[in-house]
Amino acid sequence: MPETKFEPWKDPNEKPLIQFKNVSKRFGTFTAIDNQSFDIYAKEFFALLGPSGCGKTTMMRMLAGFEAPTEGTILLSGRDIAPIPPNKREVNMMFQSYALFPHLSVWENIAFGLKRDKLPADKIAARVDEMLKLTRLERFASRKPHQISGGQRQRVALARSLAKGPKLLLLDEPLGALDAKLRQDTQFELMDIQEKTGTTFVIVTHDQEEAMTVASRVAVMDEGRIVQIATPDEIYEAPNSAYVADFIGDVTLFSGTATNRTPGAKTPVMESPAVETTPEEAETPETETVETPEAVAEIGVPAEPEAPVAPETTTPAEPKTEAAPAKPAHGPQPNALGLWLHDKVWAKVFGPRTDIVRQLPPPSDAERKPKPADPETVSTETTEIPEGGITIDWAEGQPPLIALDGPEVEDGQHVQLALRPEKIGISKTKPDAVNALKGKVIDIAYLGNLSTYHVELENGTMIKAQLANTRRISRRDITWEDEVWVSWTGTAGVVLTS
Amino acid sequence: MRRLTWFNTTSLTLGFAFLYLPMIILVIYSFNASKLVTVWAGFSTRWYGELLQNQAFLDAAWVTLQVAVVSSTIATVLGTMAAYVLVRAGRFWGRTLFSGMIYAPLVMPEVITGLSLLLLFIGIGLDRGVLTIILAHTTFSMCFVSVVVSSRLISFDRSLEEAALDLGCSPFSAFRLVTLPIIAPAVISGWLLAFTLSLDDLVIASFTAGPSATTLPIKIWSSIRLGVSPEINALSTILIAIVTIGVISASLVSKRQLMRQEADEKAAVRAEA
Amino acid sequence: MRRVALIIVPYLWLLALFLVPFAIVLKISLSDIELSIPPYTPQLDLSEGWEGIKAFFAALDFENFVFLTEDDLYWKAYLSSLQIAIISTVLTLLVGYPMAYAMARAPNHWRPTLLMLVILPFWTSFLIRVYSWMGILSTEGYLNQLLLSLGLISEPLLILNTNVAVYIGIIYTYLPFMILPIYSALERMDDSLLEAAEDLGCSRLTAFWLVTLPLSKNGIIAGCFLVFIPVMGEFVIPSLLGGSQTLMIGKVLFEEFFNNRDWPVASAVAVILLLILIIPIVLFQRNQQKTREAEG
Repeated sequence: MPETKFEPWKDPNEKPLIQFKNVSKRFGTFTAIDNQSFDIYAKEFFALLGPSGCGKTTMMRMLAGFEAPTEGTILLSGRDIAPIPPNKREVNMMFQSYALFPHLSVWENIAFGLKRDKLPADKIAARVDEMLKLTRLERFASRKPHQISGGQRQRVALARSLAKGPKLLLLDEPLGALDAKLRQDTQFELMDIQEKTGTTFVIVTHDQEEAMTVASRVAVMDEGRIVQIATPDEIYEAPNSAYVADFIGDVTLFSGTATNRTPGAKTPVMESPAVETTPEEAETPETETVETPEAVAEIGVPAEPEAPVAPETTTPAEPKTEAAPAKPAHGPQPNALGLWLHDKVWAKVFGPRTDIVRQLPPPSDAERKPKPADPETVSTETTEIPEGGITIDWAEGQPPLIALDGPEVEDGQHVQLALRPEKIGISKTKPDAVNALKGKVIDIAYLGNLSTYHVELENGTMIKAQLANTRRISRRDITWEDEVWVSWTGTAGVVLTS
Repeated sequence: MRRLTWFNTTSLTLGFAFLYLPMIILVIYSFNASKLVTVWAGFSTRWYGELLQNQAFLDAAWVTLQVAVVSSTIATVLGTMAAYVLVRAGRFWGRTLFSGMIYAPLVMPEVITGLSLLLLFIGIGLDRGVLTIILAHTTFSMCFVSVVVSSRLISFDRSLEEAALDLGCSPFSAFRLVTLPIIAPAVISGWLLAFTLSLDDLVIASFTAGPSATTLPIKIWSSIRLGVSPEINALSTILIAIVTIGVISASLVSKRQLMRQEADEKAAVRAEA
Repeated sequence: MRRVALIIVPYLWLLALFLVPFAIVLKISLSDIELSIPPYTPQLDLSEGWEGIKAFFAALDFENFVFLTEDDLYWKAYLSSLQIAIISTVLTLLVGYPMAYAMARAPNHWRPTLLMLVILPFWTSFLIRVYSWMGILSTEGYLNQLLLSLGLISEPLLILNTNVAVYIGIIYTYLPFMILPIYSALERMDDSLLEAAEDLGCSRLTAFWLVTLPLSKNGIIAGCFLVFIPVMGEFVIPSLLGGSQTLMIGKVLFEEFFNNRDWPVASAVAVILLLILIIPIVLFQRNQQKTREAEG
């Protein structure tokens, strides 16, 4: 509940702090904001994320009072703020350029807003000192803005906008001017200060990593419209559109027509003769199709070696078949990260899961042992795919893709399958997976902890697959021009219908 | 690394010699003892003494100074307002006409400006004197001020004003507390420009000055039309000296400020590292 | 309300002291000379109401403009102003460009000083700067003394009170107007452009011709207009340095007004001068706008 897990947007009794009601903003013929309605709750850290020109800054300037909506109303604590000029609003803004007054010292900058309120001098001094302490700027109080570093300037701007104790603090690309290393530290500092002061923050940014790190909820914007509002993990794991999937992180998108899979019917995994399973190929003691802990790091949660690594080679289908009938109601299947988050973090809040986890049983002793190099033992295993889901015909001469979960579709509907690179395995031999496609390695981007492989399929489609570099370089055997297989499970992708 | 080639050195040397030799000669010969200006007859400060005895020159100088101070001050206020309107007021009725009236006097031949103002003053029956010169000088120098100030306002970070509003300032106090202190250097140099333009002006003043008021340039004009005079040499030397000292000290001050700022910024970067 | 006040005060000031005077000049240029005070007719008499206004407009005509075209003094003055302005603009460019170029190529730490040296004459009295040449160029002046003593000439040269002196005076006083825009165009230019041109096989001279000169084009145009426009209406330089045969329109206007007291003709001269100048002024504004846009 609220004091344990912060999710006011799920509580119907919670009154939102900010309400946008059918707000539109036009500049001449250009529509910057197109009839948007959404709520922001008290104490939220709300991020407006989008490319430049998507209207996020206009949204913020309407909150600050520098622009007025052309249509619709914006309510702050239930009151329409349209008639209130910016200097009377209980909203403060931290500007992208910081807008520190160059002729005033750090102390005077922070005191500027307080003096406008005609507070007594001792109160102002006390509040300024408090702010200086909060932002660790005590030593620089008498300096002028040009006498301090960029990171310090950023903190002065923050202290100045927080000094008046606004109901709502707007941050316009607050970290844009800082270098990468400083930016990371500052993100955590921002979260810390937000928590300490209990102020509602609305941040505008084009940096998805920044939004994902700091925000409680992220609104992804495109051309004056909010495409999706959700928590960072939902945005990443369950994007509601190709736009969001593409904007947040890396993704490979397959477009095609969907066909509902007939219950009970076995879809041949590989249709083309070229990809027929042969015993030799199936003999893969070390298929590197794993979801790596590094994938977790991608969205800013510390990596954890014990994260469940789902071996996706086979599907002894006991729990899965049980889960299958209930599937459409459940939405996307949690992946390893989701499960790990649940077990490690959310279980303490919510209690154990009530729905059935489609998790594999622990590997048997026999499976733990290194498999003998006997082709016979492996070849007996055929790929058994659970019922339900859809197949997606996406290219001539390529096998259809199978997605076991996702929204309900009609046969023949146009859909897209979005796949994160870390959910795609890559191996030199044909893996025993629900989806496996053959291709050639074109490029390898070495990112330190991970390598991204750009694999070109036979029909020219490029797929990005990621592997954790858990082994030393000498043991990584996939290299340029290699014929490889990319594969993923039936639940790795997200089916997008819009 | 950039070096001066012989060609560049030559053109700079010749060019600056051309610009400065006439004035240097003027200054040297102002200390000539002889009444014949072109014949050197030994060092003397005689003409400075005579200049200071010449009541007509002193009166004209006093009038000029009054006109320059008053007109440049009014011009600075009006010009800053006009610049603010040009840069910040957005669209309003007659904006094109307004900006046209700001820029036109910059390129307008002085004879036309002077003539038109004179005809106006006669038309409304205003006696020509100090007041009419002040009005005329204010009008053309406010345009120069507004050009100087508006170029500073354009580069001014608008979000500074928005920050002031955001922190509770009324638009007027935002201007007073934030904008004005920041654009102050441009306003000051606008004032200086207006001041020197007024000190310097001959043509417009000739049209708008009446018999009751004569400015220094008019006085100089009437004496040099007849040829070179040693007293004018002395007067010129004094004016050149004032301007030179003023410009050099102003540039030294701004250079010092710039250097201090750079040093501060370097120190800030070092402190961070 | 404050916004309205902010706009209205400078607006009204300029309307009253810039636009209205112009309208008056235009009106008087259409009037006739009269031996009275003020010395022209018709006078607008609003007490007679609509009839008065009609009578007033009926009395306006283009007689003065016809007169200007008939008397060859005036069109000769216009043509000679134009000629002097064009020649002196070209000469100023020839003197100013090498200086601006040398300044832009000078070592960084020299540039503020060089710039100050160019700007300094701006602040000194225009009148004094023109005056300083009178002592140099006169028959017994310093230049003739020098040339005589060097034995280069045997007779003093007649320079003062000729067009040559006018050209020298114009170049001298307007040189900073030419140097500054060219310098600011050249200074922005990236050194590596020249290196790239040389790397691609240009000689120094062709690199200058193909890279430097085109890139400073806007500065050259701005400088030329800044010299040409005010020189067209110049009065002080031709009066002090020029002779009786030096015809410039500013001088003619001044004399027409003060010596002949012919206000309608003086006004007509002013109107035509303005019409001549409108084209370069508009071109200049457009060039400035283009430069601003190019800078971002």
